[in-house]
Amino acid sequence: MAIANLGLNTLGRLETLPPDWPGGFWWHWLFFTVVIIAFVLLLVMGFIWIERRGMGRMQARLGPNRAGPFGLLQPVADAIKVLIKEDIVPTNADKIVYWLAPVIAFAPALMIFAVVPFQDGALLADLNIGILYVVAISSVSTVGVFMAGWGSSNKYSLLGAMRNVASVVSYEIPVLLSIVGVVLIAGSLSLNQIVLAQDIPFILLQPLGFLIFFVGGCAEIHRSPFDLVEADSEIVAGFHIEYSGMKFAWFYLAEYAEALAISAIITTLFLGGWRGPLLPPFLWFLIKVFAVFFVMVWTRTTLPRVRIDQLMALAWKFLLPLALINLIITGIQVLTWPVALPWVMIPVNFAIMAILVLLWSKLFKLGGGRVEV
Amino acid sequence: MALKTEPFVLNIGPVHPSTHGVFRMRAILDGEVIVDMEPIFGYLHRGIEKLAEERTYTGVIPLTDRLDYLAAMSNNLAYVLAVEKLAGIPVPERAEYLRVIMAELQRIASHLIAVGAFLNDCGAFFTPFLYMFREREKIVDLFEMVSGQRLLYNYMRVGGLSHDIPSEFLPALDKFVRQMPGFIDEYDQLLAKNEILLARSKGVGILPRELAINISASGPVLRASGVKWDIRKVDPYSIYDRFEFEIPTGSVGDAYDRYWVKVQEMRQSLRIIKQAMGQLPPGEVKSQVSHLLHPPVGEAYGHIEAPKGELGFYLVSDNSIAPYRCHIRAPSLMNLTALREMMIGWKIADAIIIFGSIDITMGEVDR
Repeated sequence: MAIANLGLNTLGRLETLPPDWPGGFWWHWLFFTVVIIAFVLLLVMGFIWIERRGMGRMQARLGPNRAGPFGLLQPVADAIKVLIKEDIVPTNADKIVYWLAPVIAFAPALMIFAVVPFQDGALLADLNIGILYVVAISSVSTVGVFMAGWGSSNKYSLLGAMRNVASVVSYEIPVLLSIVGVVLIAGSLSLNQIVLAQDIPFILLQPLGFLIFFVGGCAEIHRSPFDLVEADSEIVAGFHIEYSGMKFAWFYLAEYAEALAISAIITTLFLGGWRGPLLPPFLWFLIKVFAVFFVMVWTRTTLPRVRIDQLMALAWKFLLPLALINLIITGIQVLTWPVALPWVMIPVNFAIMAILVLLWSKLFKLGGGRVEV
Repeated sequence: MALKTEPFVLNIGPVHPSTHGVFRMRAILDGEVIVDMEPIFGYLHRGIEKLAEERTYTGVIPLTDRLDYLAAMSNNLAYVLAVEKLAGIPVPERAEYLRVIMAELQRIASHLIAVGAFLNDCGAFFTPFLYMFREREKIVDLFEMVSGQRLLYNYMRVGGLSHDIPSEFLPALDKFVRQMPGFIDEYDQLLAKNEILLARSKGVGILPRELAINISASGPVLRASGVKWDIRKVDPYSIYDRFEFEIPTGSVGDAYDRYWVKVQEMRQSLRIIKQAMGQLPPGEVKSQVSHLLHPPVGEAYGHIEAPKGELGFYLVSDNSIAPYRCHIRAPSLMNLTALREMMIGWKIADAIIIFGSIDITMGEVDR
């Protein structure tokens, strides 16, 4: 709001307006819509650059370094390239579904940012059910992905789409349960309230919840090692195998916008959002978002891909029980230590996480394997 | 509620990132599970065996480079061994040692790519692949020193080598041999303890011992199934009987064993190179051989332990300047023949891994 009011001040209008000026709502709406779109597009470009350069460094090569200083203009060059590419529609495609899919896949990633606070109170809509809205909206992109897989009328893309639906349906549950732990401590569903409640970042109070959310989040936005949806070496590009030109760019954009959304949600829920010393809040938010994304790039360059049955086993046999246990423990802690001493809870919670994860890794069997046919 | 499902056909390849060339698998899938699979070869057929009948014995050597283009030195060696056997040509001592060094370097280079490509098939996004390429680059540099080429070397000749090594070769090789074990250990540590890699490759695509022998598999594929069979030991060619080395064998014959055997073989190859460097005698590298070689009427089969298995050249001479018949026993093709048995019942993701773990080069499969 501070920025918005500043903008109005420079126009020289605010003093002349009454406080309950009805245009204020629309001014707020317009301002944050523009901010969110610009923020997402710019950060997606930043993410693409970080991913490509970072992966280059980690893979003992240079990465893109021709377009602009340090290859900074590479995302721009990519964007221009996809814009002027031919737009191919397969003959057998289900045309309407094929056309709608990229938009439906991308829009939810943008809509998530309506409730993400960039600094105190600086958000489009401070919904009191904020995090519930995020979870609900983020699932919609699955519909877009499945439409793409179905509409392309390609077997590879259908396989990718099926994998996507399976993984998202499974991973929603542990992700949601790990969020509930945070909500219990914060006592609110509003993202802004959750940030305000984090005098110490919730990653310290909810280490297990953070782990589950990070793994589940990566699986939901199909990033490596859970990138079965677009598995390069198996089903080539999965659901967007038939897309080219700008339609492909929408999927590309959606992929990174989702990564950005997950990074922003992790930042807000577990890393204290925009809070931090010295630097301005917005900068803290950016730094944390980039840090989370860097970890995602790191895992992508490090780990091989899991198989679909292993992916499901991880969700149902590993993450779900741990998320339930985490929820119970958090509930007990919130009840028994209403004005909890955080400095006692932090080591206790870390110890619980270590014990549970180690124990479950021992018990956990992947199973699967060869099927008799 | 029982859903009505039906299997469908999925053509994996011929243009697919994980088919290592142009190979096609016509898979019948039930969901993700492979019910039936039919491998289809021949997209890279160039008629090398027929072309060989039109060339002089020396002129065939560049053709052999193009069989398994990741192990050109080994192909050269197998071919010249067959011709020398056919025509009874002696090879100078120094040339024999250099041939062994080259063949073993080539084995390391080929296995590096095999391991890297295998991990790429597992879905590790190019990182292991590029690290392996970084090490292979050092070997390629060594080969460039001796032959001037980086992929298709055309270095060996009937009766020796095309020319002696340059003076800077041995110090560079020495440096490589000293550095390489550290890199192998590092990569092995990073990969062999990776939980996901173990989950993906342990027990996957088992090739039973009997089946491996029945399909006449060779090389790391056979040894991973627990058969101690290495041409270098069982029928020593060149001067392999002078070196000490071990034959690593797997126990189960799964994708992981095939990976593990390759890593161990790289260590053994370094051992052989070290010994060969120590014993390298001075002298000529090529015996006097006529440009237009007329071997006496007859036939000969020369085979070596190439990186991918037993590579053999069967030559028939009718006393003319070109071979009457040149048949190539390509290890990649033989190792592929059990593909269907190994893949049925596994998922698509496993099929890619199984295929990658066999380590083939399409240039050799189709010739």
